[in-house]
Amino acid sequence: MTKRVNNEVVFSVKNLQKSFGDLQVLKDINLDIHRGEVVVVIGPSGSGKSTFLRCLNLLEQPTGGEIWFDGENILKYTKEIDAYRQKVGMVFQLFNLFENLSVLGNVTIGPLRVQKRNKEEVEKEAMELLARVGLADRANEYPSRLSGGQKQRVAIARTLAMKPEVILFDEATSALDPEMVGEVLKVMRELALSGMTMVVVTHEMGFAREVGDHLVFMDGGYIVEEGKPEDVMTNPQHQRTKNFLSKML
Amino acid sequence: MFGLNFGFLSKYWIYYSSGLWMTLKLAFWTLIFSTVIGVVLGMIRVGKHKVVNTVIDMWISFIRGVPVMLIVFIVYYGIATGLPSFWAGIVALTVNSSVYIAEHTRAGMQAVNKGQMEAARCIGMSHLEGNMYIIIPQAIKNILPSLANEFILLIKNTSIVSVIAIQELTYKSSIVRTNTFRAFEPLIVSAFIYFTVTWILNQGVRLLERRLHRND
Repeated sequence: MTKRVNNEVVFSVKNLQKSFGDLQVLKDINLDIHRGEVVVVIGPSGSGKSTFLRCLNLLEQPTGGEIWFDGENILKYTKEIDAYRQKVGMVFQLFNLFENLSVLGNVTIGPLRVQKRNKEEVEKEAMELLARVGLADRANEYPSRLSGGQKQRVAIARTLAMKPEVILFDEATSALDPEMVGEVLKVMRELALSGMTMVVVTHEMGFAREVGDHLVFMDGGYIVEEGKPEDVMTNPQHQRTKNFLSKML
Repeated sequence: MFGLNFGFLSKYWIYYSSGLWMTLKLAFWTLIFSTVIGVVLGMIRVGKHKVVNTVIDMWISFIRGVPVMLIVFIVYYGIATGLPSFWAGIVALTVNSSVYIAEHTRAGMQAVNKGQMEAARCIGMSHLEGNMYIIIPQAIKNILPSLANEFILLIKNTSIVSVIAIQELTYKSSIVRTNTFRAFEPLIVSAFIYFTVTWILNQGVRLLERRLHRND
């Protein structure tokens, strides 16, 4: 792989906490994410991985700590949240394609309605994106006609259409049939190689090892262990990491 | 057969046509106002403001618990005393229908998958934009069947405002009944007219539904 991760910090997470009522899901998360880096987050269910991801784009409002993005503390944002979210895309486990819109409509609605860009240009770009994820021939279909793998690739195209700086993947392949996982991972791999900054919550250990630049193991609301995927996977330092990996690999 | 005689129609058809025209005017305005008010009420109700929601819920359960005829009397004799009976009737019918439409709207919007709004927010839409472009178009599909039902009820309910002497179809057919000294035929004619109007409306809504569900 000839990708270069630069030293520029995009996200700097400091002492992040998140509680739902009495339940504290994130206890103390500290992490720097660099431009062009693929950070893979693994951990048992209930460890706070998805909550952490959802805090990064403020779908959940953290209850403590700081999140710095491009040098600004996003937890201070109020009206700026909508503009901020355009820079941080998200791909969901259950795709969440807009069911009232065609494939092309899903990809173009953000640039058209939110960014108020020129229709012709937006549609041309959208068709290029759909070609990139291998779905140009399905542009006029509606989501209900697509397979899970196709839906997820449309969802990735929809996110890319906003030209985000970072994309968050929340278990993007967990809801897919095994034979469809590959086609989505292929798109994600190409995206990683193109230099996109990605934070990926996943159970795909092969992908984590091959594509990840930095592996984070979370458990019980903390980052237990982190490092180069190869190192963490072959030589985990903590007992909890060892237990988890022995079940996954 | 049965000794039925519709000969009175040649003399009295004008009563029915003018009554029908009044019924349609009542239905039209009530439909417009109650849809607008009901949808807005339902959308506010979907929001998270607790005090507002409690007030709306109380209003809805109160109106649902009071007979339509009583609402008509209260509005005409009690509240909007200065209003011509035509408009008082429309106000009363609107008050009644709008609370049902509000409930259908709330249910229809809440039935849209939560992930749809999250995805909308994630591409930078505001809550309002998410509602406009994503949630409401899907909610309309959910609401339409129950809304059609409500519209049919609404048309039939217009007959109740005959009690404040609005000369709509039911009022007129009563006049025909008194003038002709026949009960069955004049009433069955108006029943047939009501049926025809609601049937046409129903066909229209079905057509619309089929169009909206083309993409499923």
